Amino acid sequence: MGIGILALAGAFLLVAPLGLKPYGIFILSMWAVMTIAAIGLNLTLGYAGQISLAQAAFVGIGAYVTAWLTTKGAWPFWPTYALGFASCFAVGWILGYPALRVQHHYLAFVTLAFNTLVYLVFRNEEWLTNGIYGISNVPRPSLFGFSLKGGREFYYFCLANLVFVSLAAWWLIRSPWGRAFVAVRENPIRALSLGVDTRRYTLMAFAIGAGLGGISGALYAPLTQFVDPTPFALGLSLNLLLMVVLGGSGYFFGPFLGAIVAVLLPEWLRFAQGYYLMGYAVLVMVMMAFWPTGLLGLADRLLKK
Amino acid sequence: MLPAFFILIGTHTFGLPFWLAAILGGVATLILLGLAFKKVMVDPMIHHGVLPLVIATIGLAILMKEAVREFYGADAWPFPALWATTDVTLFGAVFAVQSLLILATCIVVVGALQLFLAGTLTGRCMQAAAQNPAVARLLGIRVERMILYTFLINAALVWIAALLVTPIYLAKFTNGEILGLYAFIAALIGGFNQVRGAIVGGLLLGVIDNFCAVYVSSSYRMAVPLLVLIAVILVRPQGLLGRVEERTV
Amino acid sequence: MRGLIAVLLLLSGSAFGQVKLAYVGEISGQLAVSGGNFRDGIILAVEEINARGGMLKQKLDLTLYDTQTNPGVARAQMQKAIDGEPYTIFGPVLSGNVKVTLEIVKQAEVPQFIGGEAADLVTLGNPYMFRTSFGQQIGMPKIANYIRDELKAKSIALIWVNNDFGKAGRDQLLRVLKERDIRLAADVSTEAGQVDFAADVVKLKSANADAVFVYSNEEECARIMREARKQGLKGPFVGDTTLLSQKTIELAAEAANGVVGHVGLTVDAPIPEVKAFGERFQKRFKYKPDHNGLKGYTAVYAMRYVTEKKLGKLDRKALAKTLHGLTITPKEEPGILMETTWNDVGEIDRISFLAEVVKGQQQIVKVLPKLGK
Repeated sequence: MGIGILALAGAFLLVAPLGLKPYGIFILSMWAVMTIAAIGLNLTLGYAGQISLAQAAFVGIGAYVTAWLTTKGAWPFWPTYALGFASCFAVGWILGYPALRVQHHYLAFVTLAFNTLVYLVFRNEEWLTNGIYGISNVPRPSLFGFSLKGGREFYYFCLANLVFVSLAAWWLIRSPWGRAFVAVRENPIRALSLGVDTRRYTLMAFAIGAGLGGISGALYAPLTQFVDPTPFALGLSLNLLLMVVLGGSGYFFGPFLGAIVAVLLPEWLRFAQGYYLMGYAVLVMVMMAFWPTGLLGLADRLLKK
Repeated sequence: MLPAFFILIGTHTFGLPFWLAAILGGVATLILLGLAFKKVMVDPMIHHGVLPLVIATIGLAILMKEAVREFYGADAWPFPALWATTDVTLFGAVFAVQSLLILATCIVVVGALQLFLAGTLTGRCMQAAAQNPAVARLLGIRVERMILYTFLINAALVWIAALLVTPIYLAKFTNGEILGLYAFIAALIGGFNQVRGAIVGGLLLGVIDNFCAVYVSSSYRMAVPLLVLIAVILVRPQGLLGRVEERTV
Repeated sequence: MRGLIAVLLLLSGSAFGQVKLAYVGEISGQLAVSGGNFRDGIILAVEEINARGGMLKQKLDLTLYDTQTNPGVARAQMQKAIDGEPYTIFGPVLSGNVKVTLEIVKQAEVPQFIGGEAADLVTLGNPYMFRTSFGQQIGMPKIANYIRDELKAKSIALIWVNNDFGKAGRDQLLRVLKERDIRLAADVSTEAGQVDFAADVVKLKSANADAVFVYSNEEECARIMREARKQGLKGPFVGDTTLLSQKTIELAAEAANGVVGHVGLTVDAPIPEVKAFGERFQKRFKYKPDHNGLKGYTAVYAMRYVTEKKLGKLDRKALAKTLHGLTITPKEEPGILMETTWNDVGEIDRISFLAEVVKGQQQIVKVLPKLGK
């Protein structure tokens, strides 16, 4: 049955843009980009059990690297894309160090502080980021000489990235690394006694999660074609966290579902306006109270009954 | 933020005099933020661990914020001051009456809280329940009830804080975000299991925050309390005055 | 291709007998007060025009899109608005949201009346963009002259909000102060939505400047003024439109008294048409409009005047082209309220005012002439 749903969803994603106006395509592209960031966070939080409230900072770093280098530096897209990933990977690795010392809400606060600091750097260091004025006219790349300028073309590009990232994450989770992540989450001491280098895997979980945030950012910049500090404040980090948890943290398709609820549904339910956010908040609370494993955890339980 | 709006609803919508609205707002705060928060949110969630509770609290914050925005509007509102906004001169320096009275109220409230926790039977039972629920239960303390008391006290303190700061800060639906964060950081820095800890944390945070804003760079001001927090967390995770708790492995 | 689509649009538009307009603005979030005023100004003008039979005998059909004061949402909502193929777009009011939507509006070739005042907006190359109030590079020199000539101040302590509006204003002010040899004694950056200004006011106080310049959004202005009075900071307090706006005065109460500054637009202007507008607005929406109400209202009438009197047909490109370099007087179009000129990049020019807050009311001290005269 799972495969059937997957095929259906895939077919929908391929065909949808043909029937949608630019607005709908933009929202779908945004969904793909946010899902990539959420997949990264799911690796850190869901599989390795390390809470992070800094994912927005990594999306921001990725977006700024791409925006800055493709506009001021006139670089082609791909090197900036790789650099966005690499720089986030490196910074994520460093951010992992506090996680070796503290856990739970302490770790949440350390990462939260990091996010705030990165936001302030984006805003205050005008020589580097153009400050609050932002970087405009970020170009969209072309692929094999084929321009991705149009909304529809760029959507397929984002989708292709999402598929690529998903496959990589799928492979990672099934590899010995992924199993080591889960071992670190479930019982770090036992993992250590079994010879798993928990130190390295904790740092690795942070770094890879952050790197995917960077890829998400590298796509975000050419999608909106304008980068300024405000989207990368703490709000987005909380939002990504809610996406992962609501969809089902530790479930592979959790981030996909969570991003649908957080990115797509509000647009379809626009008529509900403020009530939508209230409903969303209530949903989060009810889920946490009764099914803390998220929507997929709930579905899992219902199916098994 | 919420108590301030309860009071505003009282005065604006029902035309109540301010003191009556303030008292009713206090009762509503106790019921909603104390009783209901404990019964509806914390009780079912506490066995799932800390993370779901934290996330649910984020959800609750969104809900309260959006409800105020939807039903009361996104504008800021002026809020009546409890005391006249005049200045007095003491020892050659000018003080605002408002600030002095806020300070006095804080000292009284903190003193009362300390007396209650250390000097009364209920207060000591509450401490016992917090430190070791299992043993407390063995000794015949009704742990559930004690936890409920802490939530009620918390709600009452929130109400007092709202009455004190809203005349200066104005009532707005986003007010809770920053202030709540600061309060939480202050408690973490000072140490969670101590009233004194929270006060030391709060004072330290306030002083550092203001000194940095004046002498260093105000554009990086937001980061300073957080950096202090990181330093404390990494060096002394139990807080400056906190006692070491057993940590789950 | 685009031309063909435009023609089809026009046909479909006239077939339904309606002209689609879109307001993409800050209906909720941090800037809800300004965005709400702007929206209500537009609504009032649209209702008035429709009550008198519409534009070119067609009803105006206004759709509202809420940016939630969030650039990501603004980008999506602007795309949605453009998908609806409006004849003209009004908003956004937040300068950052104008910038994030600039590319798509330019590509769609729809005339846009923005509320944003950041200095650089009209230099970014969207030929369809028109301001509804002064950019900061026009407002700031007028204030600087006032500081030099009337206050005779040699030094200024500045407190500003660190968002795109505040930063751009600060940069402009610094430039014009330097030209006039006025020293900057303190340069205090604050956050949008900040509630505690105790330390910031201490900094202003210790600067010991001849005047204090407050440049922030309405609510923060009110909080700064309250804190300043509490700490006994002596003015004079100078500012631009937001510091003297109705909302700030209401929130700051007596703390706002004695504040002076430059006001681009105000319903307290000593002009009968503007006063009459203020009364109509208050009757319809039960509150007193600030400058954003006037901005939205006059923008709709500017669009109607050009479309009906100059073009006689619905033509987006011609609308933008005609409005460049055009002066509209209240005699020709009463709804414009004050004589207004747009230059070749969409920058606006009209008279403006020096005002003072006296006993909780904004009072006009002096009328400043148009720059072009």
